[in-house]
Amino acid sequence: MSGQAWRAAGGGLIDRVRTCAFRFDGVDYAGHPGDTLASALIANGVHLVGRSFKYHRPRGIYTCGPEEPNALVELRAGARREPNTRATVAELYDGLEARSQNRWPSLQFDVLAVNGLLSPFLPAGFYYKTFMWPAAFWEKVYEPAIRRAAGLGRASSLPDPDRYEREYLHCDVLVVGAGPAGLCAALAAARSGARVVLAEQDHRVGGALLGTSRTVDGRPAVAWAEQALADLGSCEAATVLTRTTVVGYYDHNVLAAVERVADHQPAPLAHAPRQRLWRIHAGRVVLATGAVERPLVFGDNDRPGIMMASAARTYATRYAALPGEAAVVFTNNDSAYGGLADLAAAGIDVRAVIDTRRDVSRDVSSMASMAGARCLTGSRVTRVHGRAHVAGVTVDAAGVETRIECDLVCVSGGWNPDVSLHSQTGVRPVWDASIAAFVPGKPRQREISVGAAAGRFGLDEALSAGAAAGAAAARDAGFDTPDPPAPPVAETRPAYTIEPLWRAGGRGKALVDLQNDVTADDVALSAREGFKSVEHLKRYTTLGMATDQGKLSNVNGLGLLADVLDRPIGDVGTTTFRPPVVPVAMGLLAGTHRGRHFQPTRRTPMHEWHARHGAVFVEAGQWLRPRYYPRDGEDMLAASVRETLATRQGVGLCDVSTLGKIDVQGADAGEFLDRLYCNGFRSLPAGRARYGLMLREDGLVFDDGTTSRLAEDHYFVTTTTAEASAVMAHMEFCHQALWPRLDVQMVSVTEQWASMAIAGPNSRRVLERIVEGIDLSNDAFPFLAAREITLGGRTARLFRISFSGELAFELNVSAGIGESVWQALLDAGAGFGITPYGTEALGVMRIEKGHVAGPEINGQTTAADLGLGRMMSTKKDYVGRPLAGRAGLVDPHRPALVGLRCVDASDRLYAGAHLVEPDADATAANDLGHVTSVTYSPMLKTWIALALVRGGRDRVGQRLRAVNPLRRHTADIEVVSPHFYDPGNERLHA
Amino acid sequence: MRIPCPHCGERPVDEFGYLGDATPRRPAADADIEAWHDYVYVRDNPRGPHHEYWHHAGGCRAWLVVHRDTATHEIFDVVTAAEWRERNP
Repeated sequence: MSGQAWRAAGGGLIDRVRTCAFRFDGVDYAGHPGDTLASALIANGVHLVGRSFKYHRPRGIYTCGPEEPNALVELRAGARREPNTRATVAELYDGLEARSQNRWPSLQFDVLAVNGLLSPFLPAGFYYKTFMWPAAFWEKVYEPAIRRAAGLGRASSLPDPDRYEREYLHCDVLVVGAGPAGLCAALAAARSGARVVLAEQDHRVGGALLGTSRTVDGRPAVAWAEQALADLGSCEAATVLTRTTVVGYYDHNVLAAVERVADHQPAPLAHAPRQRLWRIHAGRVVLATGAVERPLVFGDNDRPGIMMASAARTYATRYAALPGEAAVVFTNNDSAYGGLADLAAAGIDVRAVIDTRRDVSRDVSSMASMAGARCLTGSRVTRVHGRAHVAGVTVDAAGVETRIECDLVCVSGGWNPDVSLHSQTGVRPVWDASIAAFVPGKPRQREISVGAAAGRFGLDEALSAGAAAGAAAARDAGFDTPDPPAPPVAETRPAYTIEPLWRAGGRGKALVDLQNDVTADDVALSAREGFKSVEHLKRYTTLGMATDQGKLSNVNGLGLLADVLDRPIGDVGTTTFRPPVVPVAMGLLAGTHRGRHFQPTRRTPMHEWHARHGAVFVEAGQWLRPRYYPRDGEDMLAASVRETLATRQGVGLCDVSTLGKIDVQGADAGEFLDRLYCNGFRSLPAGRARYGLMLREDGLVFDDGTTSRLAEDHYFVTTTTAEASAVMAHMEFCHQALWPRLDVQMVSVTEQWASMAIAGPNSRRVLERIVEGIDLSNDAFPFLAAREITLGGRTARLFRISFSGELAFELNVSAGIGESVWQALLDAGAGFGITPYGTEALGVMRIEKGHVAGPEINGQTTAADLGLGRMMSTKKDYVGRPLAGRAGLVDPHRPALVGLRCVDASDRLYAGAHLVEPDADATAANDLGHVTSVTYSPMLKTWIALALVRGGRDRVGQRLRAVNPLRRHTADIEVVSPHFYDPGNERLHA
Repeated sequence: MRIPCPHCGERPVDEFGYLGDATPRRPAADADIEAWHDYVYVRDNPRGPHHEYWHHAGGCRAWLVVHRDTATHEIFDVVTAAEWRERNP
């Protein structure tokens, strides 16, 4: 482990008592709690941290915040390996492990750096222009090669071991950013009693003050910030969320924030999530997000050793990590002067301030001289010496070139207020020429930007505007509070001035976007080639893409484009700001909705019995249904054949609880159902059930099911499992939006009832053993009878309905006693060989009977297509009737339901096969329809199918060919009636 | 987005289902087929204020008519579909 040679002897907000061992690219280093990975690397003299995206140029740490374009690393190892993590915001912990990216074989010697030599041939749009032909090569040859060469980090391919939470938060005032403005805003609002949330991305409050030695209220700024935090802590309704970045601002003041609960630890603590996604509903929002310092665009401005002036100051002050020993500052504005004293205090020899402006105020030039630096006005850096690290710069000062030896170049091209959250609300930022930056426009939501985020860079302005905004927000939210006086600032600073300069010249590549290797020349080329809109510029050059989303580069790019187009920068405009503000882990967005938790699993009341008895389940929407109950190594076919035969020859028991069940009551319930279904229900006598068919308003079939009338004003509707919620919503719509005056009420009772079908010739005998006081004979309880009965002292409902075509009953009991009644039926039926059957046998029997289901009610079929045309009443109005009568839906040539059998009984059929004439080619033009449902029929001992075929029943007796190109299978088939088994329905009425 | 439900108060949009334009009136049963075609298939897609059906499916199950600006998502007014029907017979 090497020592921290570049750690200043004193100062810094780090815990020098404790040490964090960490490893970067296989080398062991040490840092302290309070460090970021970046500051710890700097303290160890590590400057080369990555290779650039396209040219593989050596890159160093450029910033100290989330806008970092270069220092992207793979953090952690194994399943927790996360690519493209910004070292500048990764808190150091003991045992941290990170690797640099985009270099091979090593960071020091990178083969693809040859791209830099080839760069004259790699201009903007190079890939678009070159790898066009042959088209087939793109996917197989070009793209994989380019991806290998240009990729960022590698994501882990292992399942994410961590948990992610989602939480909701409601507050009167949300303050984003705990710098001076945000702290004052939060305090002012919280003192009124309003519910205040203060969200800060850093792990401590203070914002930019943490990187300076400034004072507030006569105290060091850091101490002032800590006191403000303590004061907030004493306000009961205030919540401070640190390590929390607000990443999205949505409609109606809904914001998303990412809390990094455990990213500062090797792994989350037991039962703790790694990160938490907050959805914040805020009455008012105060945006105190600060400003981001902007680079200058000059030749070789990406060499390691060059960094943002504010970053150098922050490393030296907050982290006591020295990014160099001899520095020059290159600037076009006043802000960098404020940090000179801090650099000097940390022991850095500040040799010169190279200011592009001809005139600077005496106030700022004296700051330079106090720090021992020469102030070279009207000057520029024309050359950067050194490749893997800066060795010096050549400066053109008033036409005279001199070389200054240095290992650190601090750059400041001005400041961009962080308007990203504000702009996400749909407001275009406005160009403010006085600070040469975009500032917030007129708010559209209940939000206000304060301090540097509003383009007011003075500390005193931040403190007073923050307090005023916080108090105003609380007042708006209904809390009475006077404006508290802002704390005074001990020191005054000259007003900020800047002379914007979009291209500062110099030899070598002048990079606008360091992350994407976009140069000033690329921007000009893009404009020459016609990509003059900022959105086109972005897509063509990739300016402002990837993890930093142009936080450093965008405004410089816009300035360059404006210069080329000779238009004001405000007219050029910005690209659209979209969430998230910083990269967000996919796992966080997924939250707990992973794997089987992706959606809720619905289990029937008898689920545990099924599971105990070896049922193989099938997903039916959110439901789990028993598909079959294999015995002794049976496969699905064998089990379903056995279950079918047992039911048809004896008695079977099936869990049908998943069917949608809707209770409809009211004086107009019959009228209501008459309007909903194409067949009539007012005419249904109480105590009877009827099969119903529901159309959509466009005339196609929506759903089917059995509806029973339990009393004059009480119906019990069932729907298919799949459409249950859609039918419920449709019913509510029809009642509330179309016919609100009908006296009818409806409620879903799907989960209140356990439903079981008892089917087969012995079903009556089994049922008789457990129900009391009801005569189940065919005369007393005929087919389609429906009655409320008493079972074990509770109300139950018994229906004589059949999906299987057998003598059958459906019994509904309270969900809570579902399993015990199920067991009672099994016990009662033991002597009859009662056999539970699953959805496979259910499907076998319904196809044998020619009953339609999901594959036939597919959203394209009419009642007539399904052979149910006679159900459509001509005596009443109902949903879908008018459009069901249009020409296209009554065309006799429409595909209609038929049955199919193989000519050769040993052949088989596949669902999805298309039907053609026996001698016709299998082409779309010859297509007559398709096979919808297929099964092996145990009763017919052959494969049978349902199909929708043009000509429908008129084809019965014809031979056709069923062609399935996917399986390379063809079968000669005969068209038959879909009623394969017991077409006279004699068994039903037994 | 947050939708103020007349029954439940302001609730997150996740609780609601969307149906669309609430202005078309269901024609009379004997209206000509063109009127029915328009009712079922033809919808304006305005940029700006719009009356639209929302279903508080994850709440009180009421169908609502939300008067909303489709460009800014500003919500001007929310009534139940039943009330809307009474107002626009």
